Amino acid sequence: MNALTVENLHKRYGENEVLKGVSLLAKRGDVISMIGSSGSGKSTLLRCINFLESPTSGRVTLNGSEVRTSVGKDGQIRISDPVQLRKMRTKLAMVFQHFNLWAHMTVLENVIEAPRHVLKLGKAEATERAQQYLEQVGMSRFADAYPAHLSGGQQQRVAIARALAMEPEALLFDEPTSALDPELVGDVLKVMRDLADEGRTMIVVTHEMGFAREVSNHVVFLHQGVVEEEGHPREVLKTPKSERLQKFLAGAMK
Amino acid sequence: MNFDDLMQLAPAYANGLVVTVQLTVYSLALGLAIAIPLSILRVAPNRLLSGPVAVYTWFMRGTPLLAQLMIVYYGFGQFQWVQDAWQRGNPFLAPLRDPFSCALIALTANTCAYTTEILAGALRATPYGEVEAAQAYGMSRVTAWRRILLPSALRRFIPAYSNEIILMLHGTSLVSAITLIDLTGAARDFYANFYAPFEAFISVGTVYFGLTAIFSFLIRLTERRYLAHLRPQSFRKLARG
Repeated sequence: MNALTVENLHKRYGENEVLKGVSLLAKRGDVISMIGSSGSGKSTLLRCINFLESPTSGRVTLNGSEVRTSVGKDGQIRISDPVQLRKMRTKLAMVFQHFNLWAHMTVLENVIEAPRHVLKLGKAEATERAQQYLEQVGMSRFADAYPAHLSGGQQQRVAIARALAMEPEALLFDEPTSALDPELVGDVLKVMRDLADEGRTMIVVTHEMGFAREVSNHVVFLHQGVVEEEGHPREVLKTPKSERLQKFLAGAMK
Repeated sequence: MNFDDLMQLAPAYANGLVVTVQLTVYSLALGLAIAIPLSILRVAPNRLLSGPVAVYTWFMRGTPLLAQLMIVYYGFGQFQWVQDAWQRGNPFLAPLRDPFSCALIALTANTCAYTTEILAGALRATPYGEVEAAQAYGMSRVTAWRRILLPSALRRFIPAYSNEIILMLHGTSLVSAITLIDLTGAARDFYANFYAPFEAFISVGTVYFGLTAIFSFLIRLTERRYLAHLRPQSFRKLARG
């Protein structure tokens, strides 16, 4: 069954068309890596999936229910049902490049926040969940620390625990290791690898070719707002057909 | 002037102290309570919402507190309809006859304007990523304000607001101009009765100094509690890892 589909997504900023009709299909348990040079639209695509950015046009469907939209006078998409969108967002937990933890809350408070105040879980249940996922990402002993007192890699692992605590249908990763010191990248990638092994549905915008090759079962190469090439990493990364992907990979491997 | 004279002054100072502390605490509490919704309007993208608040803060911050006190206490009584309302015993306009209520109105309106701007600044400084995370995790606008934006901004707001608290404490000294006997008023009476300016104003200055110290201490406690996430960790704790 298709967990998540994106159909013919367009995104325009004024005259600049960033996404020119992109479609994406994620089945349950898929780990999709989206690669491409900066400006290719891969982060924008990810952010359009949960409508952090409003696409100019296109359809997003999660588990068969489409995000209801209408078209406004200016030709831009409008959300018809904010409650439905919020509900969908709880099922698509996002991990950001810059972690975006809530700075005034401790690690534990960050992780229980949305389960308590969005999913309306009780405090005990949310805390139990949080401890379980903090344990999983190896951050349980920092439960009472504040984000500013942690390293970037630690913050990102907390952010992953925060995403897992929503028990979402799919995880969206927006360049999760790009803001990290090289020696901290490994810890975060290891956590992500374990999640993939658990069979979680993940869509990952990344520059980590190793992750794309070894962990994902599908690679999407975006170039100037279109899917230039996609398929299993064995084929796409080993024997790229398009010249652009060949060039990109040559650059990325250096 | 001898010790007995000084002792006679103690009750006047004590009463003045009560007036000063009451005015400070009440006006700050009311001002803050009103400033929270006003600051939310102040940062609204819609000019129809932010505009009136901007005009209000611009006016209150652009005129001296003393003038504002005078306008409330002496000014409104000039209107015939206000006087008529007083005659009829209208409960809503009755406070305009009472110097304490007038002082409270003017002080609250004044501190509220400054507080609104400080808090609006703290709201604008919210890291955008934190708001985005709130959205991405399915929070409604109300939940995001209640759980993320306001708690985060109110913490950032404390250090700047502590200045406002102390300025207000000292600002209340102007109420002696509208017949109230606060601490400064008591000192003025003392000076008038004994012609002892040094004793009068140095003694009252010392009381203000003590009050400022108490307020500062309370602010420090609040910061300790609510700004823990901004405090650098001690070396000892870091070493423990």
